[in-house]
Amino acid sequence: MAKPAVLTHPESLKHPAGPSAYAKDPVNASMTKEAKIALYTKMARIRHFEQRCIRIYQQGKIGGFLHLYVGQEAVAAGTISLLGKNDHLITGYRDHGHGLMVGMGMNECMAELTGKVTGCSQGKGGSMHYFAPDKNYWGGHGIVGGQAPLGTGLAYAVKYQGLKGSCLTFMGDGAVNQGAVHEAYNLASLWDLPVIFVVENNGYSMGTSQERSTAHPGCLAKRAEGYNMAWDVINGHDVYEVRAKTALALKRAHEESKPTVLEIFTYRYFGHSMADPDKTYREKEEIKTYRDKKDPVLLFEQELLHEKVLTPELSQTINDAAMAEADKAAIFADESPDPTLADITKHIYWEEDNRGPKTTSRGTIIFE
Amino acid sequence: MAVISYREALRAAMRDELNRDKNVVIMGEEVAQFNGAYKVTEGLLKEFGPKRIVDTPISEAGFIGLGIGASMLGIRPVMELMFWSFSYVAFDQIVNNAGNIRYMSGGLINCPIVIRGPANGGTNVGATHSHTPEAILASHPGIKVVCPATPYDAKGLLKAAIRDNDPVYVMENTILYNDKGEVPDEDYIVPIGVADVKRIGTDLTIVAHGRAVITSLKAAEILEKDHGVSVEVVDLRSIRPLDEETILKSVRKTHRALLVEENKPFCGVDAQVAYLIQSKAFDELDAPVHRVSSIDAPQIYCKRMEDLQMPSVERVVAEALKVLA
Repeated sequence: MAKPAVLTHPESLKHPAGPSAYAKDPVNASMTKEAKIALYTKMARIRHFEQRCIRIYQQGKIGGFLHLYVGQEAVAAGTISLLGKNDHLITGYRDHGHGLMVGMGMNECMAELTGKVTGCSQGKGGSMHYFAPDKNYWGGHGIVGGQAPLGTGLAYAVKYQGLKGSCLTFMGDGAVNQGAVHEAYNLASLWDLPVIFVVENNGYSMGTSQERSTAHPGCLAKRAEGYNMAWDVINGHDVYEVRAKTALALKRAHEESKPTVLEIFTYRYFGHSMADPDKTYREKEEIKTYRDKKDPVLLFEQELLHEKVLTPELSQTINDAAMAEADKAAIFADESPDPTLADITKHIYWEEDNRGPKTTSRGTIIFE
Repeated sequence: MAVISYREALRAAMRDELNRDKNVVIMGEEVAQFNGAYKVTEGLLKEFGPKRIVDTPISEAGFIGLGIGASMLGIRPVMELMFWSFSYVAFDQIVNNAGNIRYMSGGLINCPIVIRGPANGGTNVGATHSHTPEAILASHPGIKVVCPATPYDAKGLLKAAIRDNDPVYVMENTILYNDKGEVPDEDYIVPIGVADVKRIGTDLTIVAHGRAVITSLKAAEILEKDHGVSVEVVDLRSIRPLDEETILKSVRKTHRALLVEENKPFCGVDAQVAYLIQSKAFDELDAPVHRVSSIDAPQIYCKRMEDLQMPSVERVVAEALKVLA
């Protein structure tokens, strides 16, 4: 096997173990003890939900693709924990962590994976297509980079309506070479839109390392300079750093209506999807290094133990509860009914689902 | 009732809806300062200002996607494509995003976006600028497609499209932009999915949409004058939804059908219409259903040959006589 290219995460790998340099950043220092415990709990819930998914997938109950977020928890947790009522988010297909962070329930998320009518999209979306617009979460999109113009449009709508808000538009490092992303960058900067492009750089676009896929000037975020946009790089293993630097981008969006590109260095422990045997493009040792030294959930746990916010007992309780919640969700997903044959042709058109005196179209719209 | 052009009718529809709903935004290449590549949006920037009438860069995937995203939050963007041919670089946004988001979210989200612009050949611009993608797009559940042939329908259908809560793709025709017709000043819509019998007849039904309706009406006059044949012309106006009843009602009356479209023949709109007629009115037919479409090749540049490639009055008359034989 050819030696895989070295990941461009030197900054994050150099980050010393021990207390985060960003713990004293105002956005973190101002957190209550309860808020910190809640943030840790959410990260633990993502971890245990995803690990429970693996078992269900291996039992053959999840079809299609399953892209796990294990290892990347601090990215969704750090960024989304900062959002207010006029802040929106949208992402690609590795979307479970974001869903749980905005407050989607494990039951609806798990049932969506098994294609049940109790799922968040009633079994019509699957793993890659979670949505919770009532929580400002606009998906869950399957085509790499295709969500970038949508997120820019959500930010446009917020600005049009005169609201002080933003749209966090997440994507993977593989998305940065898609034309739609570059078109979105251009529009965001040209029109001063309050959008924050978050590149979750886990080093691999599927099985192709960043070095083999992307020409870049040292980091992916720096491409923002070509569009006259602000940018920053973040160690995505430190949730405090994610929060501190994302807060600056949010401030820029809220107060100046300007976009930002944030590149967050992170790592996924499992293959691109469960269909990826993960044997050809990276060394096992690399995964072990990240698991042992850079795990974002363990690092935040240590941080909070150090701060005496957490105790080992409380941490154990939180993790046990998250595991139990995931187990219950698995049972819920298992026992829920499938959508019916008649459900196949629902939710295609708003008008067909809302027939009434005000709907005007006629004719055949669903064909035999 | 005023007599105005198809172009002015489209503009009147947009002006009405801009006045009616502050969330309506007109967006596209050259729609504002340039006054529209075809002057459809002429004067709207002056009247409504740059917040409502927005010039975009040449970046269809970007700005169409932006409009779809904005529509999810309640903006009602009316996006102009300078040519529907340019939709091909924005196909992922137009089909995967606008067309699927409602479904994939289990009905939680809707995309009230309108994309409009010309979709026609016959203008001597070669293959890349002459696509007619109504059949391609209408084959995707989640999308609505309309093709107005007259100024009255252009205004009424565009107003209906802007008020619709689903994605509606309005396919116009540059050759029709100067055509004039009677258009009411007062508020009206043409409901989407309702065909219109543009000429009443008893011997043959011609089903058409877009400019093929105008061609078919001219052919019908010749057929009556020179051949003593009474032709009924059904203008689909809307491709999806499709007014199957009006088509079937006409065929049940005339017992003969000719289908005319400017698309290429393979998987064209009329392939679906022909299937409909044979499946629901087979016993009513006195002759096989015939079609006239563009000759099956990429659009040729040479103007003399392009005119022959597309359905002409002469070809429609000749094919009608075969159905009547």
